[in-house]
Amino acid sequence: MDFLNDPLNFIAGWMRGLLTGWGLADGLATVIIYFIGITVLIIFAMTLDIILVWVERKVVARFQDRLGPNRIGPFGLIQPFADIIKLIIKEDITPAGADKLLYNLGPVLAIASVIFLWAILPLSAKIFGVDLNVAVLYLVAAGSLGTLSIIVGGWASNNKYALLGAFRMVANMISYEIPMVVVLLIPTILANSMSVQGITQAQSGMWFAILSPLGLVIFLISAIAELGRSPFDLNEAESEIVAGFHIEYTGMKFGLFYAGELLHAFTFGGFIAVLFFGGYGGFFGLEKIGFFSWLNNPFIQAMVFLAKAMFGYWVIMWIKYSMPRIRIDHMLAFNWKFLTPLALVVLVNTAILSKVLGGLPNWGYDLGMFLSNILISVITVEILRAYGRKQRKTGVKLTPRGVQNQEQAV
Amino acid sequence: MQNDWLYVGIFLVIGIIVPIVPLVFSRLVAPRKPNPIKQSTYECGIETVGDSWVQFKAQYYIFALVFLVFDVETVFLFPWALSLKQLPLFVVLEGVLFIAILVAGLVFTWRKGLLEWA
Repeated sequence: MDFLNDPLNFIAGWMRGLLTGWGLADGLATVIIYFIGITVLIIFAMTLDIILVWVERKVVARFQDRLGPNRIGPFGLIQPFADIIKLIIKEDITPAGADKLLYNLGPVLAIASVIFLWAILPLSAKIFGVDLNVAVLYLVAAGSLGTLSIIVGGWASNNKYALLGAFRMVANMISYEIPMVVVLLIPTILANSMSVQGITQAQSGMWFAILSPLGLVIFLISAIAELGRSPFDLNEAESEIVAGFHIEYTGMKFGLFYAGELLHAFTFGGFIAVLFFGGYGGFFGLEKIGFFSWLNNPFIQAMVFLAKAMFGYWVIMWIKYSMPRIRIDHMLAFNWKFLTPLALVVLVNTAILSKVLGGLPNWGYDLGMFLSNILISVITVEILRAYGRKQRKTGVKLTPRGVQNQEQAV
Repeated sequence: MQNDWLYVGIFLVIGIIVPIVPLVFSRLVAPRKPNPIKQSTYECGIETVGDSWVQFKAQYYIFALVFLVFDVETVFLFPWALSLKQLPLFVVLEGVLFIAILVAGLVFTWRKGLLEWA
């Protein structure tokens, strides 16, 4: 057991020896070791969050044909630190009549709910917080706490815009949680496990993104909706309700909401990597060849994982900065009339095929799964096209309301 | 196993404490000069009329009911999905039947016109 191959157990073993050597009980030593380990993990996540602010600003600048922050430090790298100092020394204004407790709880929950997710995020086979056997359910539970922070913050602000934003977030959450939970069943079925380590190791030969591409797409869409990012950012729609739920927040409290959103997006990028792209592994058996055995090193695996998570984060940003905001009735209709039925069809397909194709060799199983998903997508697109054609023939012509009234008046 | 949940418990406590730290720090450093104008609710410059905690028409009330049904039912599907590899095909199809009943409920609400934004 050396540091390079199993760093966490190496340090934990050394600290346990030290603490029990001082005469502490074994249970107390465990608590202290956990305490230190968790603090280091959370500080790592928060540091990453600061870097994400820079990444986000730089990427959005490129999408909008700007340069982005480039004055403070090389490539503007010091900019997020300057932002934090500025946010901390700004006055914190609490609106009159706000619910003090809930008003302060909102931003705290916004960050805490994301940090909770880092408990189960597997950075590598040896570097991870905890390998829960119900990690998938934990993901859903902690993920919806983030929504709660928005509802709490919006309600407690005593502002009508904030209240509207909070109500919209409720509509968002009660809709998009369904396809997300249904799609989370697919990696569970394919990996025969609910722990993130089990799901990652089940993908060492073949990514679930290839076995269930539709599952990946549905998870991505519902994850974006749960994050409240564009095109589902109705809770903060600047052009309608100014800033939505965080309209009354100033200074560091606003900063916590902002940082929480970025880290949430990155964490969901990480979970997309874990659930569908093989997490820290998934080299299609490459790591078993002697020449590539360095891929099994925990630090290399952590690098691979962070790269995949960053890619997922980048895709979420890409969608955010290319899509216009959709209307709330369209958003709900899109979920209940399209995404949820499709998710259920994909789930049934995966369940039955994993049973029927179970006897086939690996390549037959993979091919069957992939082709069935392609077939479902083709049928879905055909149904949508037929529906669109029918709408164009029989449906009402889309004219602005004012124009229609004028015609009636004439 | 028990240690796992001990870890999660400690994690939840520290996860709550960490975001409080910058808030406390900001409280120590930032100026505090409240006045009635500054503390008034922001509504694009127009003076606020009435309380904002009023009765509000939640148009997605029916969606919330459908959500509740689906959310509880999907939790029942997790044990089924987890033991799918060991189950015979017949039991898998029973799970599919369970999903079909869910879909029947969704189709019913759809046909009733309850999935429209009213």
